[in-house]
Amino acid sequence: MGATEPLLRVEGLSKAYPGVLANDAVNLAIAPGQVHALLGENGAGKSTLVKMIYGLVRPDAGSMVLRGAPYAPPDPHAARAAGVAMVFQHFSLFEALNVAENVALGMENPPPLRQLAARIRAVSDAYGLPLDPGRIVGDLSAGERQRVEIIRCLLQEPKLLIMDEPTSVLTPQEVEILFATLRLLAAEGTAILYISHKLEEIRSLCDRATILRGGRVVAACNPRERTAHELAELMVGAELKLTDRAGRKPGEVLLEVVGLHMPPASAFGPSLKSVSFELRRGEVLGIGGVAGNGQEDLLATLSGERPSSAGTVVLKGEDVSTLGPNPRRARGLLAAPEERLGHAAAPDMSLTENAVLTGTMRRPLTRHGFIDRRAARAFAAEIIAAFDVRTPGPQVAARALSGGNLQKFVIGREVLQAPEVLVVNQPTWGVDAAAAAAIRQALLDLAAAGAGVIVISQDLDELLEISDRFAALNEGRLSPPQATAKLTLREIGLSLGGAHGMKPLEVLA
Amino acid sequence: MTLGGIDLVALMAMLMVASTPILLAATGELIAEKAGVLNLGVEGMMIMGAIGGFAGAVMTGSPALGFLAGAGAGAAMALVFGFLTQVLLSNQVATGLALTLFGMGLSALIGKGFEGVRPPATGKLDLGGLADLPVLGPVLFRHDWVVYLSLALIVAVWLFLHLSRAGLILRAVGENHDAAHALGYRVVMVRLAALAFGGALAGLGGAYLSLVRVPQWTEGMTAGAGWIALAIVVFASWRIERVLLGAYLFGGVTVLQLRLQAAGYAIPVQLLSMAPYVITILVLVIISARHRRGAQAAPAALGRIFHASR
Amino acid sequence: MITLVARPAPSRFWSWATPVLAVLATMLAGGGLFALLGSDPFEAIRVIFWDPLFGANAGYFRGQLFIKAGPLILIAAGLAVGFRAGIWNIGAEGQYIIGALCGAAVALAAFPAESALIFPAMVLAGAFGGWVWGMIPALLKNRFGASEILVSLMLVYVAQNLLAWAAFGPLKNPAGFGFPGSRNLQQYPSAHNAELIAGSGVHWGVVAGIAALIGTYVLMNRHIAGFRIQVAGDAPKAARFAGVAPARLVGFCLGLSGALAGLAGMFEVAGPSGQVTDSFNAGYGFTAIIVAFLGRLNPVGILLAGLLMALTYIGGDMAQLTLRLPAAAIQVFQGLLLFFLLGMDLLTNYTVQWGKARA
Repeated sequence: MGATEPLLRVEGLSKAYPGVLANDAVNLAIAPGQVHALLGENGAGKSTLVKMIYGLVRPDAGSMVLRGAPYAPPDPHAARAAGVAMVFQHFSLFEALNVAENVALGMENPPPLRQLAARIRAVSDAYGLPLDPGRIVGDLSAGERQRVEIIRCLLQEPKLLIMDEPTSVLTPQEVEILFATLRLLAAEGTAILYISHKLEEIRSLCDRATILRGGRVVAACNPRERTAHELAELMVGAELKLTDRAGRKPGEVLLEVVGLHMPPASAFGPSLKSVSFELRRGEVLGIGGVAGNGQEDLLATLSGERPSSAGTVVLKGEDVSTLGPNPRRARGLLAAPEERLGHAAAPDMSLTENAVLTGTMRRPLTRHGFIDRRAARAFAAEIIAAFDVRTPGPQVAARALSGGNLQKFVIGREVLQAPEVLVVNQPTWGVDAAAAAAIRQALLDLAAAGAGVIVISQDLDELLEISDRFAALNEGRLSPPQATAKLTLREIGLSLGGAHGMKPLEVLA
Repeated sequence: MTLGGIDLVALMAMLMVASTPILLAATGELIAEKAGVLNLGVEGMMIMGAIGGFAGAVMTGSPALGFLAGAGAGAAMALVFGFLTQVLLSNQVATGLALTLFGMGLSALIGKGFEGVRPPATGKLDLGGLADLPVLGPVLFRHDWVVYLSLALIVAVWLFLHLSRAGLILRAVGENHDAAHALGYRVVMVRLAALAFGGALAGLGGAYLSLVRVPQWTEGMTAGAGWIALAIVVFASWRIERVLLGAYLFGGVTVLQLRLQAAGYAIPVQLLSMAPYVITILVLVIISARHRRGAQAAPAALGRIFHASR
Repeated sequence: MITLVARPAPSRFWSWATPVLAVLATMLAGGGLFALLGSDPFEAIRVIFWDPLFGANAGYFRGQLFIKAGPLILIAAGLAVGFRAGIWNIGAEGQYIIGALCGAAVALAAFPAESALIFPAMVLAGAFGGWVWGMIPALLKNRFGASEILVSLMLVYVAQNLLAWAAFGPLKNPAGFGFPGSRNLQQYPSAHNAELIAGSGVHWGVVAGIAALIGTYVLMNRHIAGFRIQVAGDAPKAARFAGVAPARLVGFCLGLSGALAGLAGMFEVAGPSGQVTDSFNAGYGFTAIIVAFLGRLNPVGILLAGLLMALTYIGGDMAQLTLRLPAAAIQVFQGLLLFFLLGMDLLTNYTVQWGKARA
C-alpha cells in the first residue's frame, strides 16, 4: 500500500447481537486520500462496522487507531471531534427544519445560523453542490437532501468521510457529479470509506476494496484489477445465475392508465401529473426514477389504496379507478408495495395472518366471512415452499424474517394468486443477491405465463435486465415508455431528470 | 361599561386570571410535544399540582413555596410517565390516561385533610401607577406574580425554541428521533427533561387553580382543564405565540359563561357550564380541518416509541 | 448496563403473565400505601380481596360482584375492539350517561303505562343514545381530522352537564317534593331491570356483557372483519393495503363502543341505580379503560379483569367502613395497577439483558 502511514487502522473488531455475529475480527486500513470501498451483501456487517467507527455502536472486542493514536469513540460527538464524518443511507435529516438548521445539528460547534448560512453557500459552490440554506429540507429532492448531508460533513473538514450507499438515490448524471466531488476531496487528502453494492461504480471510483461476507473480511483487493462478476462472486460466495428472459410475447392490452392526476398524499410528497401508459399481456414494464418522485403514489393509485377519478385506470376494458384494493384483487389487479414491514406485511402478525392480508379475494381462505385457518396456513406454507422462504414455519411473525426472505414471501403471496396484472415497487431493495435473482425470475416467469407486470424500481440495472419497455417517473410525470433494448444509461439518466440543475465540475475534475 | 348586564372591565380583568392555569399547562405540554412525546396525563399532573401546591402553601404558610411544591408534584408525575414511556417503552396514550386516573385518585386521597381550609393569599404585584390607569389598570396591571410569570414564560419558550441550540436539538428530537440518535443526541434524556418541564408547568397551573383562582381544594377541581390545555396545543398548531391566544380565548369563554350565570339569564346553569367544552370541540374541529388541508403542524415523531436498535 | 432486545414475536407467556404480576405488584405497592395511611396492610388486602368472596357476608357481596362487573365488562368489550384498531374512545363515561338518559327518558315518557314493549324500547334507546354520542367524535375525526381522544373526552363533560340539567329539569320527578332526580324506575315494573335470579346480582346488563364478550370474541378471532381491525391497529398502512377504509373503521369502532357503553348506562339506571340523578354515574366509563387493558383487550381477560375491578370496588367500600380507608385509596390502587401493567408490558415485546449483549 505504499509508504504512507494509514489514517485509520481497524484491528480485530468484533460485535455480536443475539443470534448473530455481526462483525468477526474485522481488519481494515485506510490511507489518507484513499477512496476505500466496503463491499458486501445486506447483513454482511458493513453497517455495524461503520457504526463502530462513527461511535454509534461499541465493539465487543478489537481496537482502532486513528492518525497514530488509539481511537474508541464513545459517541458520534467524539467521532466528529476526531475528524470522522458520515453520510447516512437513510438520511439523518429533519424534514420540518431548514437546511442551515440541519447542518448545525450535525456539527460540534456551529457558528450562529447567519454565518453558517454564508459558509454553506461558499462550500456548496466550491464543490459544485448548490444549496439554499434557507429552504425546508422536506421540500428538497432526494439528491438535494444528500447534498445537505455531504455539506454538513464537509463543513467540519473531516479526515475520514464515511458514505453509506450514497448513489442509490441519484440519477447517473448526479452520480458523476458526486464522484467528481469525492475525487476532489480525496485529492485534498481526505480518506473516504465508501459503502456500496454497485460494482461498476466501485471499479470507477475506488482505489481499494474490502469485501465482507457473514461478518468477516473475505477479500481485500484493488477493484480495478477485478471484473464486476468476480467481485460479485466474492460478495455472494457462490456462482451467480443469469436470469432467463425467454418465452415472452406481448399480447392484448390489459391495463390502461389515462391522464392520471393525484394531489400529494403528505405535506412533503410529490403529486402525479397526467400519467398515461398501457400494459400488455406478457410484458414487463419498468418504471424507473429517483426516490420520492411519485413511485409510492403510483403504486397506491394502481393498487386501489388511493382511488382516482373515473376513467383514469382501466383494467381489461373495465373502469376500476374508483374501486378499493379488494375489488381490484378480485378482478386480477394485484400489487406489492415497497415497504415490506408495515405496508406489504403487518410486522407483529404471523406469516399465516399475513397470507390472509391480501389472499382472501382470489383464494378460498374464508367461508361466509369467517377465516378458514387451515386453508390460510396451507396457503402460507405453499408460499414458503414455492419461494424458498427460510423460516421455521408459517406461525413465525413477519418481523422475525430477514429482508430478503420477507420480500420473497410478499412477492410469492401475490404471484401465487395468479394475477392478471402485478404491480411491484422496489422488489429487490435491500435483498441479498440470490433472493433478488429468484424474485426477478419469478416476475419474468409470471409475464411469460401471460400476465402483465409493472416493476417500479430505482435500480436501473435491474430494470434494464428484466423489462421490455422502460418509462421514467420524474417529479410525478411519466415519460413515454420505450423499448429497453434500444436505450443507453445516459438517455435513461436524462429522462430521470438529469443532474437536477447541478453543473458538473469540469474545471476541477 | 356594561353590556347586557355584564361589566366588561370586570370581565376583562377576570380573563387573565381565568386563563393562567391553562396557559401554563399548555405551554408545558407544548414543550413536551415539541420533543415528540404526547403526554395525555396533563389533567393528572394539574390536579396533583393543585393539591401539592395547596398542601405546600397551607403547611408552610407561604404561597411561593406552595407554587414550588405544585410544580414539583407535577414534574414528579411527568417523570413517572417518562420512566414508563421512555424507559419501559409503554404506549403513550394508555400511559397518559393512567397518569390522569392515578392523579385523580392520589390527589383525592391527599386532599382529604385539606377540604374547607383557606390557603394563604397570594399577593398582587405592586405595579405602582400602572395599576391606577383607567380600564387598562384593572384589566392588565392588578394581578399576582404568577400571571406575569406565565406571560414571561411564553417569551422565554419562544426564545428557547427559535434561537437556542438546545431548542434546536429539542425540535430535532421531536421531528425524527432516529436521525437525532444517529447524530449522537440523547433522545431519551432530552425527552425526560422536556416532560419534567411540562409537568412542572402543569403542576404550577394546577396550584394556581387551588391557590388563586378558586381558592380552595375540592376533589376533581381541574374539571377537564388539563384536557383543554391539550386541545389548545393542537389549536395553536404547536406554536407558542398561538398558545397564548388559545388560552386567553378559552379563558374568555369561561369568564363570559360565569358572568352570564351571575347575570341571571334564563338559561339553565348546566347548559352554560357546557360552553367551554363545546367551544373547545368546535375550535378543535376548525383547526384540525385547516391542518388537514394545509401543512403538517405536529412534530413528526409525536407519540412514536423510540427504541435504539442495532 | 441493561439492554433491551426486541423479541422476534410477542411472547405468549408474558402476555398472560404480566397482568398477574401487575396485580401482585399492585398489592405490594398498595399494601405500602395502606400502611402509610395507618392501616395494617395485610388486613387491608384481606378486607378488599378476600372477605367479599369468602368472608362472613360473602353471599351478599358475590351478588354485588356481578352488579359492578356487568357494566365494566359491557363497556370494556366495546372499548377493546377500538383500542385494538388504535382508535381511542376515552369518552365511554359520556356515552354511558347519554345511554342512561335516553333509556330513562323512554321509560318516563311511557309512565305509568305497563307494557312488555317498554323495556325493549328502553334498550334500543339506550344503545342508540350511546351510539350517537360515540358517532360525534367519529364524524368529526372522519370529516375534519379532529382527535377522537380529545373530542370524546370533552363530550364526557358535556354529557355530565346534560345529565345535571335533566335531573334538575325535564326528567325531575313531579312527585319528588322538589328534590332533584327522576322517578325511581325500580318501582315501575315495565321499566325495571330487575335481577334475573334473586340475590345473584345477575341482571340483563350482565347478560348483555357476556353476550358482548362472546360477540367480540367471534368478531376479533374468527371473522375477517375483526382480523382487519387488528391489522389496522398493528400496521395502519398494511390495513389500507388490505382494503380497510379508515373512515368506516373509525365509525364502526366508536359506534360499537358507544352503543355498548350506552346500553351499560341504560341497564344501570333502570336497575341497580334506579334513578337519574346528577351523580348516578360512578366512573365506570373510565374504570372500563383499565379493565380493557388489564384484560389485554381479550374477551376472556376482560371477564376476569372486570370481576377483579368489581372486587376492588366492593372491597374498597368495605375497607372504607371497617378500616376507615378513604374511598380515593381504591382509585389510587386502580391507577397503580394500570401503571404496573403498562410498565411490565415491556416483557411481552422485549427481552431484558443484563450486562453486555453476547451471541
